[in-house]
Amino acid sequence: MIENGVGACLLSWTWFLPLLAAGVMMLFPAGNSRGVKRFSLGASVANLVLVLVLATSFFMHPPVPEPGSGVSALAFAADFAWFPALNIHYHIGVDAISMSMMVLAAVIVLCGTMASWGVENRVKEFFILLQILAAGVFGSFIAFDLFAFFVFNELTLIPTYLLIGMFGSGRKEFAAMKLNLMLMGGSALILLGILGLYFESGIRSFDITELARIHFDKGFQMWAFPALFLGFGILGNMFPFHIWSPDGHASAPTAISMFLAGVHMKLGSYGCLRIAMYLLPEGCRPWMDVFLILAVGGVVWGAFVALKQKDLKYMNAYSSVSHCGLVFLGLAALNVTGLRGAVMQMLAHGFITAAVFCLIGMIYSRTHTRRIPEMSGLMASIPFLSVCFVMAGFAGLGLPGMAGFAAELNVFVGGFATGRPLVVFASGIAVLSIILTAIYILRAANGILHGPSRSSGGGIALDAHAAIGSAAGQDGHAGHGESSAFDSATLVDANWMERLPVLLLLGCIIGLGLFPGRIAGLLDQALQPILENLNR
Amino acid sequence: MGNLQVSLAGGATGHLACGILALPFLSFLINGLWLGRKSRTASGLAATFLMGATLVLAVLLAWQYWTLVLGNPASFPGRTALAWEHTWMTFPLESGGAFSASFGFLLDPISVMMVLVITFISFLVNVYSIGYMHDDKSAGRFFPTLSLFSFSMLGLVVAANLAQTFFFWELVGVSSYLLIGFWYHKPSAVAASKKAFIVTRFADAFFLVGVILVAVQVGSLDFSALNAPAAAESLRNSPWAAWFGVNILTLGTLLIYMGAWGKSAMFPFHVWLPDAMEGPTPVSSLIHSATMVVAGIYLTARLFPLFAAAEYTLRIVEVTGVFTALFAAIIACRQTDLKRILAYSTLSQLGYMMFSLGAGLPAAGGAPDSAAFTASMFHIFTHAFFKCMLFLSAGVIIHAVHSNDIRDTGGLRRILPRTYWATLVGCLALAGVFPFAGFFSKEEILHAAWENGHYIAFFAALATGALTAFYMSRYFFLVFHGPRFSAGRSHQDSHAPASASAHSDGHAADGAAGQSAKEMPSMVWPILILAVPSVIAGFAKNFFIAHVLPMYAVIAENGSEAGSGLPWLSPLATVLAVSSIALGWAWYGRKGRKSILGAEQETGLAKIVANKFYIDEGYRFLVRNVGNRLVAAPITWFERTVVNGAFDAVTAVIRGAAWVQSMVQSGQVQAYIGIALVGLLILARWGGLGL
Repeated sequence: MIENGVGACLLSWTWFLPLLAAGVMMLFPAGNSRGVKRFSLGASVANLVLVLVLATSFFMHPPVPEPGSGVSALAFAADFAWFPALNIHYHIGVDAISMSMMVLAAVIVLCGTMASWGVENRVKEFFILLQILAAGVFGSFIAFDLFAFFVFNELTLIPTYLLIGMFGSGRKEFAAMKLNLMLMGGSALILLGILGLYFESGIRSFDITELARIHFDKGFQMWAFPALFLGFGILGNMFPFHIWSPDGHASAPTAISMFLAGVHMKLGSYGCLRIAMYLLPEGCRPWMDVFLILAVGGVVWGAFVALKQKDLKYMNAYSSVSHCGLVFLGLAALNVTGLRGAVMQMLAHGFITAAVFCLIGMIYSRTHTRRIPEMSGLMASIPFLSVCFVMAGFAGLGLPGMAGFAAELNVFVGGFATGRPLVVFASGIAVLSIILTAIYILRAANGILHGPSRSSGGGIALDAHAAIGSAAGQDGHAGHGESSAFDSATLVDANWMERLPVLLLLGCIIGLGLFPGRIAGLLDQALQPILENLNR
Repeated sequence: MGNLQVSLAGGATGHLACGILALPFLSFLINGLWLGRKSRTASGLAATFLMGATLVLAVLLAWQYWTLVLGNPASFPGRTALAWEHTWMTFPLESGGAFSASFGFLLDPISVMMVLVITFISFLVNVYSIGYMHDDKSAGRFFPTLSLFSFSMLGLVVAANLAQTFFFWELVGVSSYLLIGFWYHKPSAVAASKKAFIVTRFADAFFLVGVILVAVQVGSLDFSALNAPAAAESLRNSPWAAWFGVNILTLGTLLIYMGAWGKSAMFPFHVWLPDAMEGPTPVSSLIHSATMVVAGIYLTARLFPLFAAAEYTLRIVEVTGVFTALFAAIIACRQTDLKRILAYSTLSQLGYMMFSLGAGLPAAGGAPDSAAFTASMFHIFTHAFFKCMLFLSAGVIIHAVHSNDIRDTGGLRRILPRTYWATLVGCLALAGVFPFAGFFSKEEILHAAWENGHYIAFFAALATGALTAFYMSRYFFLVFHGPRFSAGRSHQDSHAPASASAHSDGHAADGAAGQSAKEMPSMVWPILILAVPSVIAGFAKNFFIAHVLPMYAVIAENGSEAGSGLPWLSPLATVLAVSSIALGWAWYGRKGRKSILGAEQETGLAKIVANKFYIDEGYRFLVRNVGNRLVAAPITWFERTVVNGAFDAVTAVIRGAAWVQSMVQSGQVQAYIGIALVGLLILARWGGLGL
């Protein structure tokens, strides 16, 4: 059991440590890319350890919210006045929702760092930006002050822009710009909602736990809720505002794709739940039908579009649209099973999509193509990556025993349990979408892994070392426009620096899939205040 | 609502039950993670040993069950006990209740029967595979997957909770996908594995909807609760019926039955099963006898009381069953691929089992009849042995002639003498000739159908029986009799389209290339062992009547003393079978086979049959033209041009506005002075400067 004060201090370190690491890395000599990578890896490991220590303590003694109070019980809470003139506080703490998101983020930051081991150009900048990105996300998840949340949230945008624009592939400048414009647009809506809450509350407060006690005017809720939900929904990959994500993912370097889809998007759905739905329950109920239709639309739409994609990253990006639609479907159920399904789907999708992006990056660094028709028979030459790809794929299509199924089942049951025709039909359609998921995932897996092995018929014969050397982070430099023939015989299977992140992610996927019971119980507790507010 | 069964957790039974699931999984882990890559032989031996140990545990468990439960039926309602149970996750409902998804190990007559059959057959298939996969370089990948397959099926049959059934149901699907596509370098195998997975997944999606619908309404997923009359009652009275427009009991059970429909390959979901032949023969034998396809039958049987309460669903079960039985039997008469003939015979027999369950409700109305249910379970039991044996024998034949085309065989009687006798037993058992196993179980089914007044279905099933005898004798005589097979004969490509795909891509890879046409001991022994139950399994009838019949206390035990009511049935069935065999002998055994087989590929009806009624082509048309061209392609176009285009349009508007703005800031001093002058004039006129 970690004491509250110590815990709050450690909790602050989760965002301060990456920022500090970024600062220290700036002092590294420019040529010392090896040192930068090792230092960044060390920082990511340290942060994961820190988060796991906190999570273990949390797991042993979860805070129990007072029934009927409608206020979240926070572990490791601290509250300092930050800018007293405007009543801005540095209020931090975690409940089960944010704690699980912290674990997700820490795992994916570490895996992304390892998957970026092959980055060769501007190594220092890459890892500095990656750590700043991590700092922003950790800060957002622990913040219980809207202003602090917003600041940390904005902190993630600039590194994302630079990382895609500088290190990406394909139409990277366009993708980076599109992503940032869309997310900035979302932020504008969020800021509008936050300021509305601040002034409308009558107490001039940004504090989430204080605002949760206030009964806002119905008319105010009716416009503030959609602004906030939509603002966060854009970040959370909600259909039809998902358009930043496929281009962004496809152009981003591997680690950033993993991070964007795995963690950053979750910040959006987290905000939807924690801020929009929690603080504005009366606006939520009438508006939720609209968002329900968008949610199930995204589930089906994303799956159909994924069916037609030839580029692996685009396929996975559209599969993310579909899976994030399930998160919103869970939220729209407005009952405990649906909400915890949404949170579990956030976790599950985070791990699964990160694993898939990680594997796509590794496969790409060998074959120099991401196009499904140009690959075949990889199972024979790179069995480890292929088997992992199949496993990640099966996790994505909701195989029981893996995280996706446990989460989806909660979402579906939550939808049916409402007993409302619209929600039940929407959930039924969403369940049927698993057919499409199976088709596009098997199509990709069979297309690239099975079939006869390729050998280069006069194409570029790749040196095996070069294939590894130009690994994950450097997507795209060789690919576009060139003929991408590769010789299966020269492909080299994953080294340990590539195996570790994949195994770690798959371990999380299977662990969550086999033993979801305890996490579900903790989430139920944490969701209690939110539900009390919704049912008030 | 908790489970109503008596728990045996903690005792010897609980440990045995753990072991039965743990050992195959252990085998999967050991072989998959480590041993499979080290040594193919060691991997095969380890997997076989562990499966043998599982078989021993299963026998011990059955003995425990026999002494503890069957010996003392009064204290175990429904002859049911739970070896153990763990909750996986609990789902709160809005009404305040909750239902649990849990993992358990249910012991009742049919689950123990299935555990015995699965472990027995898996063990023999493992033994057989050591020989069969001996020269295959990927054998190290084969054995772990085979263990996973057995593990999944064991987990499925012992489920006490519908969530567990679904969980392992999907695992069965995945392991079959991996095994059917085992030779992943062959495009046909890859396509077949994908087809199997997607077709069953299609059905499973509906199954999942059904599971959730029923769970939310009943408030439980435990079979004991679902089979209770209260569950059917609450479904029937569900308020949802008003806005669904149908009875929720019917809808829910139909959706659940969809899963069984797909997994047991009932028409029109049967298309994946014949293609599944692309897997190695031991896999086919496992899929067709004990592991995969009977899962659907088993699920329907597991929920029989609930299905029986939903009359309409049970009618559908019956119609799909009897139609598939007849339909597949007709197709089987015109196939030229050894394994495909057997595959269609499996379809037909599955139809039999399904139909038997469907016939459990008297046509005139009234209480459900557990005799029909018992007959179905009995047929699963007997069919598993002889079908497994027939497939393993087919593997020996394919090994010997390096082809699975029936036109490349012939006269194998002297070359494969033991396989010859075993196949003879299998064919007779499948054809339902006394005293072989199939005779008893088929007779039970026919009997139950007649007793319950399903006369049309009864005659369709009788005709299916005659067709079965006919195509099995065709198979038998063409393979073993007639002109002698000559090794190394190259086959022409003038074959029928139906067999071309499976035939041309070289089942020479199907095992040992260097082996000459002879029987390897490790492959023949399992076949010979299986011949024993194929002959005598029919005598387990009394056991089934004594213990399976009274299993569901909730349904009335109005099954009359089976087999005694209709004195004319056995002679009639036997005469039909024997005359069909005689016809087969007349057509394929006696005459020159070449002319007959040539004449089979005619135009007209025969061609339609040989092409399996063009069902596959129909699906291909639907998927390509409707699914792809009419839905997915327009959506993708819309996504690319309209949804993404909206962003481009918005940015273009903003850029245009910026351009207009930037015109003002041209950097030219003259322009600035001009603008300033205009501003000054405006101010002068309206701004109150008074000029």
